[in-house]
Amino acid sequence: MIVANRKPFEEIIKMLKPYSKILLLGCNECVTVCATGGSKEVAVLASEIRLFRQKEGRPVEIKEVTLERNCDSEYVANLKEFIDEYEVVMSMACGCGIQFVGENYLHKVVMPAVNTTFEGVTEQHGVWSERCQGCGNCILDRTLGVCPVTRCAKSILNGPCGGSQEGKCEINKDVPCGWQLIIDRYKEMNMMEKYLEIQPIKDWSSGRDGGPRKRVREDLEI
Amino acid sequence: MSTGSNLERVLKNGAFAVTSECGPPRGADPEVVKKKGEFLKGYVDCVNVTDNQTSVVRMSSFSACLILKEMGFDPIMQMVCRDRNRIAIQSDILGAAALGVNNLLCLSGDHQKFGDHAAAKNVYDIDSIQLIQTVKRMRDEGKFLSGEEVKGKPNIFIGCAENPFADPFEIRALRLAKKLAAGAQFVQTQCVFNVEKFEKWMEMVRDLGLHEKVYILAGITPMKSIGMARYMKNSVPGMDVPGNLMKRLQDVPKENIANEGIKIAVETIDRVKNIKGVAGIHIMAIEWEQIVPEIVKQAKLYPRPTVP
Repeated sequence: MIVANRKPFEEIIKMLKPYSKILLLGCNECVTVCATGGSKEVAVLASEIRLFRQKEGRPVEIKEVTLERNCDSEYVANLKEFIDEYEVVMSMACGCGIQFVGENYLHKVVMPAVNTTFEGVTEQHGVWSERCQGCGNCILDRTLGVCPVTRCAKSILNGPCGGSQEGKCEINKDVPCGWQLIIDRYKEMNMMEKYLEIQPIKDWSSGRDGGPRKRVREDLEI
Repeated sequence: MSTGSNLERVLKNGAFAVTSECGPPRGADPEVVKKKGEFLKGYVDCVNVTDNQTSVVRMSSFSACLILKEMGFDPIMQMVCRDRNRIAIQSDILGAAALGVNNLLCLSGDHQKFGDHAAAKNVYDIDSIQLIQTVKRMRDEGKFLSGEEVKGKPNIFIGCAENPFADPFEIRALRLAKKLAAGAQFVQTQCVFNVEKFEKWMEMVRDLGLHEKVYILAGITPMKSIGMARYMKNSVPGMDVPGNLMKRLQDVPKENIANEGIKIAVETIDRVKNIKGVAGIHIMAIEWEQIVPEIVKQAKLYPRPTVP
Protein backbone atom coordinates (compact mmCIF):
# COMPACT_ATOMS: atom_id res chain seq x y z
CA MET A 1 0.00 0.00 0.00
CA ILE A 2 1.00 3.61 -0.47
CA VAL A 3 1.36 5.39 2.85
CA ALA A 4 0.84 9.13 3.27
CA ASN A 5 0.73 11.67 6.09
CA ARG A 6 -1.54 14.65 6.27
CA LYS A 7 0.21 17.97 5.87
CA PRO A 8 0.16 20.41 8.79
CA PHE A 9 -3.10 22.35 8.91
CA GLU A 10 -1.27 25.69 8.60
CA GLU A 11 0.19 24.62 5.27
CA ILE A 12 -3.18 23.47 3.96
CA ILE A 13 -5.02 26.60 5.07
CA LYS A 14 -2.33 28.77 3.47
CA MET A 15 -2.77 27.01 0.13
CA LEU A 16 -6.51 27.55 0.33
CA LYS A 17 -6.30 31.25 1.20
CA PRO A 18 -7.44 32.64 -2.19
CA TYR A 19 -10.39 30.26 -2.51
CA SER A 20 -13.88 30.06 -1.09
CA LYS A 21 -15.36 27.12 -3.01
CA ILE A 22 -13.37 23.98 -2.40
CA LEU A 23 -13.72 20.41 -3.56
CA LEU A 24 -12.11 18.26 -0.87
CA LEU A 25 -11.22 14.93 -2.33
CA GLY A 26 -10.45 11.62 -0.61
CA CYS A 27 -9.67 8.12 -1.82
CA ASN A 28 -11.04 4.79 -0.70
CA GLU A 29 -7.81 2.89 -1.34
CA CYS A 30 -4.38 3.09 0.32
CA VAL A 31 -4.89 6.43 2.07
CA THR A 32 -8.04 5.07 3.68
CA VAL A 33 -6.15 2.05 4.99
CA CYS A 34 -3.39 4.23 6.42
CA ALA A 35 -6.01 6.53 7.96
CA THR A 36 -4.86 9.63 6.11
CA GLY A 37 -7.23 10.46 3.28
CA GLY A 38 -10.37 8.36 3.45
CA SER A 39 -13.90 9.71 3.88
CA LYS A 40 -13.40 10.01 7.63
CA GLU A 41 -10.28 12.14 7.29
CA VAL A 42 -11.94 14.20 4.56
CA ALA A 43 -14.79 15.00 6.96
CA VAL A 44 -12.40 15.97 9.74
CA LEU A 45 -10.31 18.25 7.53
CA ALA A 46 -13.44 19.81 6.04
CA SER A 47 -14.71 20.80 9.49
CA GLU A 48 -11.32 22.15 10.49
CA ILE A 49 -11.19 24.34 7.40
CA ARG A 50 -14.81 25.52 7.79
CA LEU A 51 -14.25 26.41 11.42
CA PHE A 52 -11.02 28.26 10.77
CA ARG A 53 -12.41 30.25 7.90
CA GLN A 54 -15.60 31.05 9.75
CA LYS A 55 -13.56 32.47 12.62
CA GLU A 56 -11.60 34.50 10.08
CA GLY A 57 -14.84 35.90 8.74
CA ARG A 58 -14.24 34.34 5.31
CA PRO A 59 -16.51 31.29 5.26
CA VAL A 60 -15.98 28.59 2.64
CA GLU A 61 -18.15 26.15 0.79
CA ILE A 62 -16.66 22.66 0.80
CA LYS A 63 -17.87 19.62 -1.06
CA GLU A 64 -16.56 16.38 0.39
CA VAL A 65 -16.05 13.59 -2.12
CA THR A 66 -14.24 10.29 -1.67
CA LEU A 67 -13.60 8.36 -4.86
CA GLU A 68 -13.22 4.61 -5.02
CA ARG A 69 -9.81 5.20 -6.58
CA ASN A 70 -8.03 8.35 -7.73
CA CYS A 71 -5.57 6.49 -9.94
CA ASP A 72 -8.15 5.14 -12.38
CA SER A 73 -9.89 7.20 -15.07
CA GLU A 74 -13.10 5.26 -14.62
CA TYR A 75 -13.56 6.69 -11.12
CA VAL A 76 -11.91 10.04 -11.73
CA ALA A 77 -14.52 10.62 -14.48
CA ASN A 78 -17.17 10.83 -11.75
CA LEU A 79 -15.89 14.28 -10.78
CA LYS A 80 -16.94 15.68 -14.15
CA GLU A 81 -20.49 16.48 -13.10
CA PHE A 82 -19.62 18.94 -10.36
CA ILE A 83 -15.88 19.78 -10.46
CA ASP A 84 -16.51 23.07 -12.28
CA GLU A 85 -18.68 24.33 -9.44
CA TYR A 86 -15.52 24.61 -7.33
CA GLU A 87 -12.54 26.91 -7.65
CA VAL A 88 -9.98 24.44 -6.45
CA VAL A 89 -9.48 20.77 -5.63
CA MET A 90 -7.70 19.92 -2.37
CA SER A 91 -6.84 16.25 -2.53
CA MET A 92 -6.11 13.82 0.27
CA ALA A 93 -5.22 11.04 -2.17
CA CYS A 94 -1.63 9.93 -2.71
CA GLY A 95 0.70 11.72 -5.10
CA CYS A 96 -0.49 9.50 -7.96
CA GLY A 97 -4.12 10.38 -7.34
CA ILE A 98 -3.44 14.09 -6.98
CA GLN A 99 -1.62 14.17 -10.30
CA PHE A 100 -4.08 11.98 -12.11
CA VAL A 101 -7.06 14.13 -11.19
CA GLY A 102 -5.06 17.15 -12.36
CA GLU A 103 -4.26 15.46 -15.67
CA ASN A 104 -7.92 14.71 -16.25
CA TYR A 105 -9.10 18.24 -15.42
CA LEU A 106 -6.35 20.44 -16.79
CA HIS A 107 -8.30 23.65 -16.18
CA LYS A 108 -8.40 22.97 -12.44
CA VAL A 109 -5.74 23.46 -9.78
CA VAL A 110 -5.32 20.33 -7.66
CA MET A 111 -3.45 20.78 -4.40
CA PRO A 112 -2.00 18.23 -2.00
CA ALA A 113 -3.33 17.94 1.53
CA VAL A 114 -0.99 15.02 2.25
CA ASN A 115 2.66 14.13 1.87
CA THR A 116 3.00 10.78 0.14
CA THR A 117 5.77 8.92 1.90
CA PHE A 118 6.31 5.26 1.06
CA GLU A 119 5.17 1.85 -0.12
CA GLY A 120 4.69 -0.17 3.01
CA VAL A 121 2.69 -2.41 5.28
CA THR A 122 0.53 -2.11 8.38
CA GLU A 123 2.82 -3.56 11.03
CA GLN A 124 0.15 -3.20 13.68
CA HIS A 125 -2.86 -0.98 14.24
CA GLY A 126 -1.63 2.55 13.72
CA VAL A 127 1.90 1.61 12.67
CA TRP A 128 2.98 1.53 9.03
CA SER A 129 6.48 0.97 7.74
CA GLU A 130 8.31 0.91 4.44
CA ARG A 131 9.07 -2.29 2.55
CA CYS A 132 9.64 -1.50 -1.13
CA GLN A 133 11.24 1.25 -3.20
CA GLY A 134 10.09 -0.12 -6.53
CA CYS A 135 13.62 -0.52 -7.89
CA GLY A 136 12.25 -2.65 -10.71
CA ASN A 137 14.81 -5.40 -10.22
CA CYS A 138 13.83 -7.54 -7.23
CA ILE A 139 16.49 -9.45 -5.30
CA LEU A 140 14.37 -10.69 -2.40
CA ASP A 141 15.25 -14.29 -3.30
CA ARG A 142 18.87 -13.58 -2.41
CA THR A 143 18.16 -11.85 0.86
CA LEU A 144 15.40 -14.19 2.01
CA GLY A 145 12.57 -11.72 1.82
CA VAL A 146 14.19 -8.68 3.44
CA CYS A 147 14.93 -5.83 1.04
CA PRO A 148 18.36 -4.24 1.60
CA VAL A 149 17.55 -1.43 -0.85
CA THR A 150 14.67 -0.31 1.35
CA ARG A 151 15.55 -1.48 4.81
CA CYS A 152 19.20 -0.44 4.89
CA ALA A 153 19.53 3.35 5.23
CA LYS A 154 22.42 3.16 2.75
CA SER A 155 20.82 0.55 0.44
CA ILE A 156 23.98 -1.48 0.89
CA LEU A 157 23.85 -4.78 -0.96
CA ASN A 158 26.75 -6.29 0.98
CA GLY A 159 26.05 -5.25 4.53
CA PRO A 160 25.90 -4.63 7.36
CA CYS A 161 28.03 -1.51 7.58
CA GLY A 162 30.03 -0.70 10.69
CA GLY A 163 27.19 1.25 12.22
CA SER A 164 24.95 -1.70 13.05
CA GLN A 165 24.62 -2.07 16.80
CA GLU A 166 22.39 -4.38 18.82
CA GLY A 167 20.26 -4.95 15.75
CA LYS A 168 19.67 -1.26 15.16
CA CYS A 169 20.68 1.11 12.39
CA GLU A 170 23.17 3.90 13.01
CA ILE A 171 20.66 6.55 11.94
CA ASN A 172 18.19 5.82 14.72
CA LYS A 173 17.83 3.33 17.55
CA ASP A 174 14.19 2.79 16.53
CA VAL A 175 15.16 1.59 13.06
CA PRO A 176 16.07 -2.09 12.76
CA CYS A 177 19.28 -2.77 10.83
CA GLY A 178 18.11 -4.28 7.55
CA TRP A 179 21.20 -6.44 7.32
CA GLN A 180 20.73 -7.78 10.83
CA LEU A 181 17.25 -8.86 9.67
CA ILE A 182 18.73 -10.53 6.59
CA ILE A 183 21.37 -12.37 8.64
CA ASP A 184 18.70 -13.47 11.12
CA ARG A 185 16.79 -14.97 8.17
CA TYR A 186 19.93 -16.74 6.85
CA LYS A 187 20.44 -18.24 10.29
CA GLU A 188 16.81 -19.26 10.71
CA MET A 189 16.85 -20.96 7.33
CA ASN A 190 20.27 -22.51 7.89
CA MET A 191 21.59 -20.69 4.86
CA MET A 192 24.52 -18.67 6.27
CA GLU A 193 26.66 -19.71 3.29
CA LYS A 194 24.54 -17.29 1.26
CA TYR A 195 26.04 -14.43 3.27
CA LEU A 196 29.44 -15.10 1.71
CA GLU A 197 28.17 -14.44 -1.81
CA ILE A 198 29.17 -10.98 -2.95
CA GLN A 199 26.07 -9.28 -4.31
CA PRO A 200 26.91 -7.78 -7.70
CA ILE A 201 26.67 -4.11 -8.53
CA LYS A 202 23.05 -3.33 -9.21
CA ASP A 203 21.54 -2.05 -12.42
CA TRP A 204 19.50 0.87 -11.15
CA SER A 205 18.19 1.77 -14.59
CA SER A 206 15.03 -0.23 -13.96
CA GLY A 207 14.28 2.10 -11.07
CA ARG A 208 13.74 5.81 -10.73
CA ASP A 209 17.22 6.45 -12.11
CA GLY A 210 16.14 5.24 -15.53
CA GLY A 211 13.53 7.98 -15.78
CA PRO A 212 9.73 7.83 -15.36
CA ARG A 213 8.56 4.28 -15.83
CA LYS A 214 5.69 2.92 -17.86
CA ARG A 215 4.29 -0.52 -18.38
CA VAL A 216 2.24 -1.44 -21.44
CA ARG A 217 0.29 -4.68 -21.89
CA GLU A 218 -0.80 -4.58 -25.48
CA ASP A 219 -3.08 -7.59 -25.03
CA LEU A 220 -5.09 -5.63 -22.48
CA GLU A 221 -5.29 -2.37 -24.38
CA ILE A 222 -8.66 -1.45 -25.83
CA MET B 1 52.47 -6.55 -9.18
CA SER B 2 53.40 -3.91 -6.68
CA THR B 3 52.07 -0.40 -6.57
CA GLY B 4 54.08 2.67 -5.62
CA SER B 5 52.66 2.52 -2.12
CA ASN B 6 55.09 3.00 0.74
CA LEU B 7 52.66 1.18 3.01
CA GLU B 8 52.73 -1.82 0.70
CA ARG B 9 56.55 -1.82 0.72
CA VAL B 10 56.73 -1.59 4.50
CA LEU B 11 54.18 -4.37 4.97
CA LYS B 12 55.73 -6.66 2.36
CA ASN B 13 59.07 -6.12 4.02
CA GLY B 14 57.60 -7.53 7.21
CA ALA B 15 57.84 -4.36 9.29
CA PHE B 16 55.12 -3.43 11.77
CA ALA B 17 53.36 -0.62 9.92
CA VAL B 18 52.23 2.70 11.35
CA THR B 19 49.65 4.83 9.63
CA SER B 20 47.81 7.84 10.91
CA GLU B 21 45.10 10.16 9.86
CA CYS B 22 44.62 13.73 8.80
CA GLY B 23 41.15 15.24 8.79
CA PRO B 24 40.97 18.05 6.20
CA PRO B 25 39.77 21.47 7.34
CA ARG B 26 36.36 23.04 6.93
CA GLY B 27 37.76 25.64 4.60
CA ALA B 28 40.09 26.25 1.71
CA ASP B 29 43.24 27.00 3.73
CA PRO B 30 45.99 24.55 2.73
CA GLU B 31 48.11 25.61 5.72
CA VAL B 32 45.85 23.63 8.07
CA VAL B 33 46.68 20.43 6.20
CA LYS B 34 50.37 21.32 6.08
CA LYS B 35 50.43 22.00 9.80
CA LYS B 36 48.87 18.64 10.56
CA GLY B 37 51.32 17.06 8.13
CA GLU B 38 54.29 18.62 9.91
CA PHE B 39 53.28 16.88 13.13
CA LEU B 40 53.24 13.48 11.45
CA LYS B 41 56.32 13.78 9.26
CA GLY B 42 58.74 10.93 9.83
CA TYR B 43 56.48 9.13 12.28
CA VAL B 44 54.15 7.30 9.93
CA ASP B 45 54.45 5.16 6.80
CA CYS B 46 51.32 6.53 5.26
CA VAL B 47 48.66 9.05 6.18
CA ASN B 48 44.94 8.58 5.64
CA VAL B 49 42.96 11.56 4.49
CA THR B 50 39.33 11.31 5.50
CA ASP B 51 36.49 11.91 3.07
CA ASN B 52 33.92 14.25 4.63
CA GLN B 53 33.90 12.15 7.77
CA THR B 54 30.71 12.11 9.85
CA SER B 55 29.11 13.71 6.78
CA VAL B 56 30.45 17.14 7.63
CA VAL B 57 31.61 19.11 4.60
CA ARG B 58 35.38 19.50 4.48
CA MET B 59 38.11 20.07 1.94
CA SER B 60 38.08 17.08 -0.43
CA SER B 61 40.21 14.11 0.48
CA PHE B 62 41.81 14.22 -2.96
CA SER B 63 43.03 17.82 -2.57
CA ALA B 64 44.37 17.28 0.94
CA CYS B 65 46.13 14.14 -0.33
CA LEU B 66 47.93 16.23 -2.94
CA ILE B 67 49.00 18.81 -0.35
CA LEU B 68 50.44 15.99 1.79
CA LYS B 69 52.00 14.33 -1.25
CA GLU B 70 53.89 17.55 -1.97
CA MET B 71 55.22 17.38 1.59
CA GLY B 72 56.65 13.94 0.89
CA PHE B 73 53.90 11.79 2.36
CA ASP B 74 52.38 8.73 0.76
CA PRO B 75 48.70 9.52 1.35
CA ILE B 76 45.85 7.04 1.60
CA MET B 77 42.84 8.60 -0.04
CA GLN B 78 39.63 7.64 1.70
CA MET B 79 36.60 7.32 -0.53
CA VAL B 80 33.03 6.90 0.63
CA CYS B 81 30.14 5.65 -1.47
CA ARG B 82 27.71 8.14 0.05
CA ASP B 83 28.43 11.07 -2.23
CA ARG B 84 29.39 9.66 -5.62
CA ASN B 85 27.88 7.39 -8.20
CA ARG B 86 29.94 4.91 -10.21
CA ILE B 87 30.75 7.55 -12.82
CA ALA B 88 32.25 9.98 -10.29
CA ILE B 89 33.94 7.17 -8.36
CA GLN B 90 35.79 5.80 -11.37
CA SER B 91 36.67 9.29 -12.53
CA ASP B 92 38.11 10.23 -9.12
CA ILE B 93 40.11 6.98 -9.01
CA LEU B 94 41.70 7.85 -12.35
CA GLY B 95 42.40 11.40 -11.26
CA ALA B 96 43.95 10.35 -7.99
CA ALA B 97 46.15 7.72 -9.64
CA ALA B 98 47.22 10.20 -12.32
CA LEU B 99 48.51 12.58 -9.65
CA GLY B 100 50.37 9.92 -7.72
CA VAL B 101 47.94 8.78 -5.04
CA ASN B 102 48.95 5.17 -4.47
CA ASN B 103 46.46 4.05 -1.84
CA LEU B 104 42.69 4.03 -1.65
CA LEU B 105 40.59 3.16 1.36
CA CYS B 106 37.14 1.99 0.29
CA LEU B 107 34.32 2.90 2.68
CA SER B 108 30.53 3.05 2.78
CA GLY B 109 30.61 6.35 4.66
CA ASP B 110 28.59 7.63 7.59
CA HIS B 111 24.97 8.36 6.85
CA GLN B 112 24.39 12.03 6.07
CA LYS B 113 22.09 12.24 9.07
CA PHE B 114 25.16 12.68 11.30
CA GLY B 115 26.53 15.71 9.55
CA ASP B 116 25.70 19.32 8.92
CA HIS B 117 23.76 18.58 5.73
CA ALA B 118 21.18 16.09 6.95
CA ALA B 119 18.79 17.18 4.20
CA ALA B 120 21.15 15.90 1.51
CA LYS B 121 20.29 13.10 -0.88
CA ASN B 122 22.64 10.14 -0.59
CA VAL B 123 23.97 8.14 -3.50
CA TYR B 124 25.08 4.62 -2.54
CA ASP B 125 25.07 3.53 -6.16
CA ILE B 126 27.62 0.90 -5.10
CA ASP B 127 28.71 -0.22 -1.63
CA SER B 128 32.17 -0.45 -0.10
CA ILE B 129 32.71 -4.08 -1.17
CA GLN B 130 31.65 -3.24 -4.71
CA LEU B 131 33.98 -0.22 -4.59
CA ILE B 132 36.87 -2.57 -3.80
CA GLN B 133 35.84 -4.69 -6.79
CA THR B 134 35.67 -1.58 -8.96
CA VAL B 135 39.22 -0.45 -8.15
CA LYS B 136 40.58 -3.96 -8.58
CA ARG B 137 38.85 -4.37 -11.91
CA MET B 138 40.18 -1.04 -13.19
CA ARG B 139 43.70 -1.86 -11.99
CA ASP B 140 44.01 -5.57 -12.80
CA GLU B 141 41.71 -6.03 -15.77
CA GLY B 142 41.95 -2.51 -17.13
CA LYS B 143 38.17 -2.38 -17.38
CA PHE B 144 35.58 0.12 -16.27
CA LEU B 145 32.38 -1.23 -14.73
CA SER B 146 30.79 -0.80 -18.14
CA GLY B 147 33.33 -3.24 -19.59
CA GLU B 148 35.04 -0.52 -21.61
CA GLU B 149 38.81 -0.40 -21.58
CA VAL B 150 40.70 1.80 -19.13
CA LYS B 151 43.53 3.42 -21.04
CA GLY B 152 46.21 3.78 -18.39
CA LYS B 153 45.40 1.58 -15.42
CA PRO B 154 45.30 3.10 -11.94
CA ASN B 155 48.00 1.31 -9.95
CA ILE B 156 46.49 1.47 -6.51
CA PHE B 157 47.04 -0.39 -3.22
CA ILE B 158 43.53 -1.30 -2.11
CA GLY B 159 42.40 -0.89 1.46
CA CYS B 160 39.21 -1.27 3.39
CA ALA B 161 37.92 -0.80 6.92
CA GLU B 162 36.20 -3.25 9.20
CA ASN B 163 34.56 -2.74 12.53
CA PRO B 164 35.09 -5.73 14.85
CA PHE B 165 32.86 -4.03 17.42
CA ALA B 166 29.75 -3.65 15.30
CA ASP B 167 26.95 -6.18 15.23
CA PRO B 168 26.23 -8.91 14.44
CA PHE B 169 29.64 -9.90 15.79
CA GLU B 170 29.61 -13.38 14.28
CA ILE B 171 29.77 -12.06 10.70
CA ARG B 172 32.48 -9.47 11.28
CA ALA B 173 35.29 -11.83 10.22
CA LEU B 174 33.17 -13.21 7.36
CA ARG B 175 32.61 -9.68 6.15
CA LEU B 176 36.36 -9.15 6.05
CA ALA B 177 36.57 -12.39 4.04
CA LYS B 178 34.15 -10.86 1.53
CA LYS B 179 36.24 -7.70 1.31
CA LEU B 180 39.34 -9.78 0.78
CA ALA B 181 37.61 -11.81 -1.93
CA ALA B 182 36.62 -8.52 -3.55
CA GLY B 183 40.27 -7.46 -3.70
CA ALA B 184 41.20 -5.67 -0.48
CA GLN B 185 44.90 -5.87 0.38
CA PHE B 186 44.94 -4.11 3.72
CA VAL B 187 42.36 -3.35 6.36
CA GLN B 188 42.30 -0.66 9.02
CA THR B 189 39.98 -1.48 11.89
CA GLN B 190 37.69 0.72 13.93
CA CYS B 191 39.31 2.11 17.12
CA VAL B 192 40.28 -0.69 19.48
CA PHE B 193 39.29 0.12 23.05
CA ASN B 194 37.96 -3.30 23.93
CA VAL B 195 41.12 -5.36 23.37
CA GLU B 196 39.51 -8.64 24.51
CA LYS B 197 36.82 -8.35 21.89
CA PHE B 198 39.43 -7.45 19.27
CA GLU B 199 41.42 -10.56 20.24
CA LYS B 200 38.30 -12.64 19.79
CA TRP B 201 37.71 -11.11 16.36
CA MET B 202 41.33 -11.80 15.38
CA GLU B 203 40.85 -15.40 16.43
CA MET B 204 37.90 -15.67 14.03
CA VAL B 205 40.00 -13.95 11.36
CA ARG B 206 42.81 -16.48 11.87
CA ASP B 207 40.37 -19.40 11.82
CA LEU B 208 39.43 -18.30 8.32
CA GLY B 209 43.11 -17.84 7.43
CA LEU B 210 42.48 -14.22 6.46
CA HIS B 211 45.50 -12.83 8.34
CA GLU B 212 47.76 -14.52 5.80
CA LYS B 213 46.07 -12.86 2.85
CA VAL B 214 45.37 -9.33 4.04
CA TYR B 215 47.40 -6.91 6.14
CA ILE B 216 45.51 -6.01 9.30
CA LEU B 217 46.15 -2.63 10.93
CA ALA B 218 44.53 -2.16 14.32
CA GLY B 219 42.87 1.20 14.91
CA ILE B 220 44.24 3.18 17.85
CA THR B 221 42.64 6.33 19.22
CA PRO B 222 44.02 8.19 22.24
CA MET B 223 41.36 9.70 24.48
CA LYS B 224 42.01 13.35 25.09
CA SER B 225 39.31 14.04 27.65
CA ILE B 226 36.41 12.49 29.53
CA GLY B 227 34.05 14.38 27.25
CA MET B 228 35.59 12.77 24.19
CA ALA B 229 35.48 9.32 25.77
CA ARG B 230 31.85 9.80 26.69
CA TYR B 231 31.03 11.02 23.19
CA MET B 232 32.78 8.03 21.63
CA LYS B 233 31.00 5.66 23.97
CA ASN B 234 27.51 7.07 23.61
CA SER B 235 27.25 8.88 20.32
CA VAL B 236 29.49 7.21 17.76
CA PRO B 237 27.76 4.22 16.18
CA GLY B 238 29.65 0.94 16.35
CA MET B 239 32.12 2.16 18.99
CA ASP B 240 32.88 -0.06 21.98
CA VAL B 241 34.38 1.88 24.91
CA PRO B 242 34.48 -0.45 27.94
CA GLY B 243 33.58 0.78 31.41
CA ASN B 244 37.04 0.05 32.86
CA LEU B 245 38.64 2.41 30.32
CA MET B 246 36.18 5.13 31.27
CA LYS B 247 36.99 4.51 34.93
CA ARG B 248 40.74 4.79 34.37
CA LEU B 249 40.27 8.19 32.79
CA GLN B 250 37.87 9.32 35.49
CA ASP B 251 40.21 8.22 38.27
CA VAL B 252 43.09 10.52 37.34
CA PRO B 253 43.21 14.28 38.08
CA LYS B 254 41.81 16.38 35.25
CA GLU B 255 45.23 17.66 34.15
CA ASN B 256 46.49 14.09 33.73
CA ILE B 257 43.60 12.73 31.64
CA ALA B 258 45.26 13.34 28.29
CA ASN B 259 48.44 11.64 29.55
CA GLU B 260 46.41 8.70 30.76
CA GLY B 261 44.78 8.58 27.32
CA ILE B 262 48.22 8.38 25.70
CA LYS B 263 49.28 5.70 28.18
CA ILE B 264 46.22 3.60 27.36
CA ALA B 265 46.88 4.01 23.63
CA VAL B 266 50.49 2.85 24.02
CA GLU B 267 49.43 -0.11 26.16
CA THR B 268 46.84 -1.02 23.53
CA ILE B 269 49.51 -0.90 20.83
CA ASP B 270 51.73 -3.22 22.90
CA ARG B 271 48.85 -5.65 23.30
CA VAL B 272 47.70 -5.70 19.66
CA LYS B 273 51.33 -5.99 18.48
CA ASN B 274 51.45 -9.36 20.19
CA ILE B 275 48.29 -10.67 18.55
CA LYS B 276 49.13 -13.05 15.74
CA GLY B 277 48.10 -11.60 12.40
CA VAL B 278 48.22 -7.91 13.30
CA ALA B 279 50.52 -6.26 10.78
CA GLY B 280 50.45 -2.71 12.06
CA ILE B 281 48.50 0.07 13.66
CA HIS B 282 46.44 2.95 12.38
CA ILE B 283 46.48 5.90 14.79
CA MET B 284 43.38 8.07 14.62
CA ALA B 285 44.21 11.01 16.89
CA ILE B 286 41.06 12.98 16.25
CA GLU B 287 41.92 16.70 16.08
CA TRP B 288 45.03 15.79 18.10
CA GLU B 289 47.49 14.95 15.34
CA GLN B 290 50.37 16.57 17.26
CA ILE B 291 50.32 13.71 19.78
CA VAL B 292 51.07 11.01 17.20
CA PRO B 293 54.90 11.31 17.42
CA GLU B 294 54.76 10.85 21.19
CA ILE B 295 52.64 7.71 20.86
CA VAL B 296 54.84 6.27 18.11
CA LYS B 297 57.97 6.94 20.17
CA GLN B 298 56.52 5.56 23.38
CA ALA B 299 55.38 2.45 21.50
CA LYS B 300 58.98 2.01 20.30
CA LEU B 301 57.91 2.22 16.68
CA TYR B 302 60.22 5.11 15.88
CA PRO B 303 62.16 5.56 13.63
CA ARG B 304 60.08 4.31 10.75
CA PRO B 305 61.75 1.94 8.30
CA THR B 306 62.89 3.17 4.92
CA VAL B 307 62.13 0.53 2.35
CA PRO B 308 63.38 1.18 -1.15
